[in-house]
Amino acid sequence: MKVPFNWLLEYVDINKDINEVAEKLTLTGSKVEEVIEKGKEIDRVVTGKIIKTEKHPNADKLTICQVDVKDEVLQIVTGADNIKEGDIVPVALHGSTLPGGVKIKKGKLRGAESNGMLCSEAELGLADEDSVHGIMILSEDTPIGVDIKEILGLNGGVIDFEITSNRADCFSIYGIARETAASFGCELKKLDLSFKENNENISDYLKVEVQTPLCRRYMAKMIKNIKIGPSPEWMQAKLQEAGVRPINNVVDITNYVMLELGQPLHAFDYNNIEGNKIIVKMASDEKFTTLDGVERQLDNSMIVISDAEKTVAVAGVMGGQNSEVTESTNTIVLESANFDGVTTRLSSKKLGLRTEASSRFEKDLDPNLVEIAVNRACHLFETLGVGEVVGGVIDIYSNKLEPHYVRVSPKWINDFLGTNINVEDMVKMLNRLEMEVEVKDELIIKVPTFRQDVKIKEDVAEEIARLYGYDIIPTQKIVGEAVEAEITKEQKMIETVKRTMVASSLYEALTYSFYSPKVFDKINISKDSELRNAINIANPLGEDFSIMRTTLIPSMLEAMQRNILRDNKEVGLFEIGKVYLNIGKDLPDERYKLCVAIAGDVDFYNLKGIIENLIEALSVDKAEFERETNNPIFHPGRCAKLLVRKKNAGVLGEVHPDVLENYDLETRVYIAEIDLPTLFEAAKLDKKYKPLPKYPAVLRDMALLVKDEVEVKKIEDIMLKQGKGIIEEIRLFDVYKGKQIPEGFKSVAYSIIYRAEDRTLTDEEINKVHNSIVKELEEKLDAKLR
Amino acid sequence: MREKLQQIQEEALIKIKECSTSQMLDEIRVKYLGKKGELTSILRGMGQLSPEERPIVGKIANEVRETIENAIEQAKYDIKQKEKNIRLSMETIDVTMPGKKNKLGGLHPLTKALDEIKEIFIGMGFSIAEGPEVELDYYNFEALNIPKNHPARDEQDTFYINQNVVLRTQTSPVQIRVMENKKPPIRIIAPGRVYRSDTADATHSPIFHQVEGLVIDKGITMASLKGTLDAFAKRMFGEKTRTKFRPHHFPFTEPSAEVDVSCFVCDGLGCRVCKGSGWIEILGCGMVHPDVLRAGGIDPEVYSGFAFGLGLERIVMIKYGIDDIRLFYENDVRFLKQF
Ligand SMILES: [Zn+2]
Repeated sequence: MKVPFNWLLEYVDINKDINEVAEKLTLTGSKVEEVIEKGKEIDRVVTGKIIKTEKHPNADKLTICQVDVKDEVLQIVTGADNIKEGDIVPVALHGSTLPGGVKIKKGKLRGAESNGMLCSEAELGLADEDSVHGIMILSEDTPIGVDIKEILGLNGGVIDFEITSNRADCFSIYGIARETAASFGCELKKLDLSFKENNENISDYLKVEVQTPLCRRYMAKMIKNIKIGPSPEWMQAKLQEAGVRPINNVVDITNYVMLELGQPLHAFDYNNIEGNKIIVKMASDEKFTTLDGVERQLDNSMIVISDAEKTVAVAGVMGGQNSEVTESTNTIVLESANFDGVTTRLSSKKLGLRTEASSRFEKDLDPNLVEIAVNRACHLFETLGVGEVVGGVIDIYSNKLEPHYVRVSPKWINDFLGTNINVEDMVKMLNRLEMEVEVKDELIIKVPTFRQDVKIKEDVAEEIARLYGYDIIPTQKIVGEAVEAEITKEQKMIETVKRTMVASSLYEALTYSFYSPKVFDKINISKDSELRNAINIANPLGEDFSIMRTTLIPSMLEAMQRNILRDNKEVGLFEIGKVYLNIGKDLPDERYKLCVAIAGDVDFYNLKGIIENLIEALSVDKAEFERETNNPIFHPGRCAKLLVRKKNAGVLGEVHPDVLENYDLETRVYIAEIDLPTLFEAAKLDKKYKPLPKYPAVLRDMALLVKDEVEVKKIEDIMLKQGKGIIEEIRLFDVYKGKQIPEGFKSVAYSIIYRAEDRTLTDEEINKVHNSIVKELEEKLDAKLR
Repeated sequence: MREKLQQIQEEALIKIKECSTSQMLDEIRVKYLGKKGELTSILRGMGQLSPEERPIVGKIANEVRETIENAIEQAKYDIKQKEKNIRLSMETIDVTMPGKKNKLGGLHPLTKALDEIKEIFIGMGFSIAEGPEVELDYYNFEALNIPKNHPARDEQDTFYINQNVVLRTQTSPVQIRVMENKKPPIRIIAPGRVYRSDTADATHSPIFHQVEGLVIDKGITMASLKGTLDAFAKRMFGEKTRTKFRPHHFPFTEPSAEVDVSCFVCDGLGCRVCKGSGWIEILGCGMVHPDVLRAGGIDPEVYSGFAFGLGLERIVMIKYGIDDIRLFYENDVRFLKQF
């Protein structure tokens, strides 16, 4: 909310600079978004009267003006077409500066001398480029030769506040003034609410009926004999500084009071109110054209204002075109009402129409403000000579909101804050917030109705803390018994996984948790795959982000694609992320998966090596790799599943060329996806020291000729089985095909390391085992010793 | 015989000098000192000498042998040194050529920053807690004092799975889950992903990370909140860092505050990073609202606590001067390698 600084100063007497005030209010809880000092840069721009205009002889669109700026008459050329002789306008003199640091110098325009520039609102930084047209025309009684900043009240600057939802009372300049007074400990000036009214009675003109409790109060006054015209310069300037466009004196007064007090007002043209009757009720399903000329669909969740025949306004949001104040308006009904916050917010959301009024009503305003605002408006209508206030008032207010009480002991407040504030100071602070305090054992605090956010003792503690100063509250360590940080086994293991992946030259990736259901087709999986059973987002940011992922592979492929297409050809990435599995309960099963992808000068075995390192780093018990030929994501001949204690713990392999094609990839990519919970179940984090071997090892080599399709795992299983516990390690050191090896066969060469823990092995013992291995290999696998 | 020995010695010494390889020296050793060598054959003829002469000649013969042997050793040593020097000079390399490296890997910058944060809080006795990302509306909103139709629900554009289930918009629901499962004293941080339905651009991401903190015990005060977060800021951003607590409003804390740290780029003097203010907003915090304590099954008349939440991306962006939040999720290795 934009608060013009000079406007603010009308209610509080402080001798502080705008930045000091902004800083202080920030520290007492009114969040300042920005301090805007628009006029600050404007220099040497004065008011001037156009005394003569003539067409430029060489340019159709230009006009040569003679402008009286009091001390001299200047010739100035302008391209604007909205000026005429007698207009008073802002004139940027030779050597002047405009917002944005723009310098104005004299010069010639198509041969005609121009000694400055006539300015528009946009050029003075008062309005957006496209919201205004032409030169700013000031009112006829504006003195000439005066600094424009003085005329427009630009000397003060503007503070833009972020108003939190709990502080509806601060959504007004007077509310901010109250905070300012409380913050600086000075007095808040009273508003002049007095006005004269005629001796008629409004009830002779109008009846009001409120049919819904969502309208907590409805007040109406009437103004007659209105002379529609522009509002005074000072009012227009203040509205503009606060970001509201001046329209005419009636609308400007309602807006002025809304900005000043935070209570939206609405003026209806009385002539358009049929049946002399206003009814506040829930809307029916109907079309309605709001003031902005847009036809909108209403429904029965919205409150409307209607006359005897038709809807005339969406309550708290916007009035209708059918009862708008126009040039010819003579009599108005001035509405000051209180509408339910949630209802207003939902209506405004449904209509896609957030207005100054709705953004205030949605914060739930104080119904007692209704009366103050209507009186303030009447004061302005009367004193500005806009019209005659009709006597009497209509006020429908069945449940009057009274101040409430909160009790709290000063000791509790100090204990809670960790402070030592004395009772008198607490009382003073609360008084500054217009809270009356009775001091007994406890403080009994009478909270004004505009502070519905102060309900419990913690709220009072906050009020005291912020006025005392958060910065003065001491800083202390946490007292109480020391707490030992606990790091779970899973957290430790995740750290180990990360370390191992980084040690394998991989970079960590983070991808979105949601993606498009189309990815399942891209990765080739069948229509009935369990992976497709994903959690759907009801209101996604489009189909591409509409389901929670069930596998990390598509996101990882996308990351690989991005890198490879950007010429990062040697890529290795890993991600530890959750998948969200639909298990038919309220919440999905969220499981951590590890996804690894590599490409470039690598093959399947590089990927497998990474997974093997991981298994070793976690000391995973009973981990095996088994050929997988049926996973459609992968190359049927280059894919394995990881089994841990016979349970499926993941898959690794070369990505199927069809899938690569779907991702526009021409390079081979190797991907693994591991289910970390399954892996962790079999992991041993607490490693035990194993004594170094005391007895020597004996190494025997063995070269075998086997059929091509024999997997080495089969050979190794036999070796281990026959090894009778004296095999320490089996090392595959060569696989050879080609010369001297018959077609369809391969030669595999092993070193077998024999060692016993408790004795030196004899040759005899080893020979026996070694021979039995050979024999078994020959029998089971048809292997030949070479 | 003496003359003969003398002659052999001189001859051998000359030949030794002429040698240029250790192999040639070995040949000389064989020629003079070997079993069939010249010196040996002379010594064999010693039997013909008189007993008086024998020891004298024997002594001379030994001296000759020693002299030759020493000369050969010396010459061998010299040749070896020479060969070594030649080899060393031949083996000169260009040390300015690039080194051979193992490929490096690395953690994501968000993980690195999170690790730093975790370490600081673990040092203060905090444990790490986790909660689901697909969360019940109850935990994400209701229990945190944000009933249906509360305006805060609009401010945090929420992804819904269905009426009762959302993608959590904050890590705060973990507070309630922890309270439900643990008796005070509680000291946890809960890092994780959160979701808001913002279209991705340079400063918005529908997915980002928060770190939630919660402390509950008897006698926890606003002063302890300030002390804890001030200590955190100093460890995270440097000992000179100052903190500024500004009053704010959150539905689940009362009193609430936003915390600024003095800009770690300009030390608070004002620069582009802090937009000239000298301060950078890093987190929101407050004393846990009694309604929230009650929702977690904790009696607010006995216990009090504080909570805080910070946005990880924001801190990392400011720290490294990253100007586009989308870079975190693009996973371009040229980006990832920089941290
Ligand atoms: Zn800075």
